[in-house]
Amino acid sequence: MSDAPQPRASMTPSEQKAEDPQRIAEFEARIARGESIEPKDWMPDRYRTQLIRMMSQHAHSEIVGMLPEGNWITRAPSLRRKMILLAKVQDEAGHGLYIYCGTETLGVDRSELVDQLLTGKAKYSSIFNYPTLSWADMGVIGWFVDGAAIVNQTVLAKASYGPYARAMIRICKEENFHKKQGYEIIATLANGTPEQKAMAQDAINRWWWPSLMMLGPSDKDSPNTAELIKWRVKRKTNDELRQRFVDITVPQAQAVGLTLPDPDLKYNEETQHWEHGAIDWDEFWQVVKGNGPCNRERIAARREAHENGRWVRDAAEAHAAKKAARNQPAAA
Amino acid sequence: MTDTPKGATGNGTDSQWPLWEVFVQPAQAAPYEHCGSVHAADAEGAMQNARDVYARRGEAIGIWVVPSSAIVASKPEDAGSFFDPADDKIYRHPQFYKIPRGLKGF
Repeated sequence: MSDAPQPRASMTPSEQKAEDPQRIAEFEARIARGESIEPKDWMPDRYRTQLIRMMSQHAHSEIVGMLPEGNWITRAPSLRRKMILLAKVQDEAGHGLYIYCGTETLGVDRSELVDQLLTGKAKYSSIFNYPTLSWADMGVIGWFVDGAAIVNQTVLAKASYGPYARAMIRICKEENFHKKQGYEIIATLANGTPEQKAMAQDAINRWWWPSLMMLGPSDKDSPNTAELIKWRVKRKTNDELRQRFVDITVPQAQAVGLTLPDPDLKYNEETQHWEHGAIDWDEFWQVVKGNGPCNRERIAARREAHENGRWVRDAAEAHAAKKAARNQPAAA
Repeated sequence: MTDTPKGATGNGTDSQWPLWEVFVQPAQAAPYEHCGSVHAADAEGAMQNARDVYARRGEAIGIWVVPSSAIVASKPEDAGSFFDPADDKIYRHPQFYKIPRGLKGF
């Protein structure tokens, strides 16, 4: 809740007082007992800043994630598909708001977070910097991107920070619709004309590797993982999540007669896992650093939307002020 | 930025609106439960935002929006002493009482 006095998240480490080791020990004992940490509870500054970073990135991803799909709303092939896509994109806005609201409980204002996004200071998921070139991309995004998000968020729903976990539970309930509608698009195209099937395959070929990258750098290159696992913000490593996503997705591709663009993909009878080929991490880091195909376009679109929405915010504010004035006793 | 009214200046004015806590009643006869918060310029806007954010799928049959600043909450650090009086009154629980042996169903 907002009424809790919270240290500002923007404090630099030198401004933070050294923390009492006993409080840290008590905090970690609570985590070890599986307790949920709530906004007003004492928490190490580092736990707070890591959560703000992670949750705001997650919220930004939901918001920026509206853009690649928004691109196809006016060109959806039927009214049914258009209504579904509109509802899905609206859900993503809702997901962004749930998580911004959760992040604010850590003592940071949403305007600060939005500002970080618009100035390019904050990161968001690398996957949304790829273009959506055909209608089949709407199918693959739902199937792969929301599918990977479900794998990640199902685990985050057990995160130690209460507001984050609760936001994830809400989101997971809605993501299943997202994934299913996407898979339905692909299954329909796969059963369609040869051109439609080729369109679906092309979308798969373009989105498969970025979807694997979306689950984050390999464990050996993920400096935050150990700490986040210790504090039970994360419960599984990036590589574990990626493995789960691959295991779930391979049979789904087989079921619609489409292939995944990885010649090294093979089933390991012993481990009972699908093993994938090497991921091009150079590409991933290039996209993270801002050099993906659409990084500039995405931020420009967000800035434009924010600017173009200003008159709506101003009008709502003026309306509220006018109504408040009208309700004041005339003599006062 | 000089003559603009408060809150209508450049930086993310939407967030500078007051924060409202949202409570929803999920079904008939169920209690209202806290589900999150929204920013809005006034109560009407808060109600509409709360509906759009927290009740897109019939999750609610009723919504309360409350200015966050109006909420008074207990403090975690005081929880021990604050809730302590409840612990020593075990006679408030039915298990405290004995009933005659052999009595079936009470």
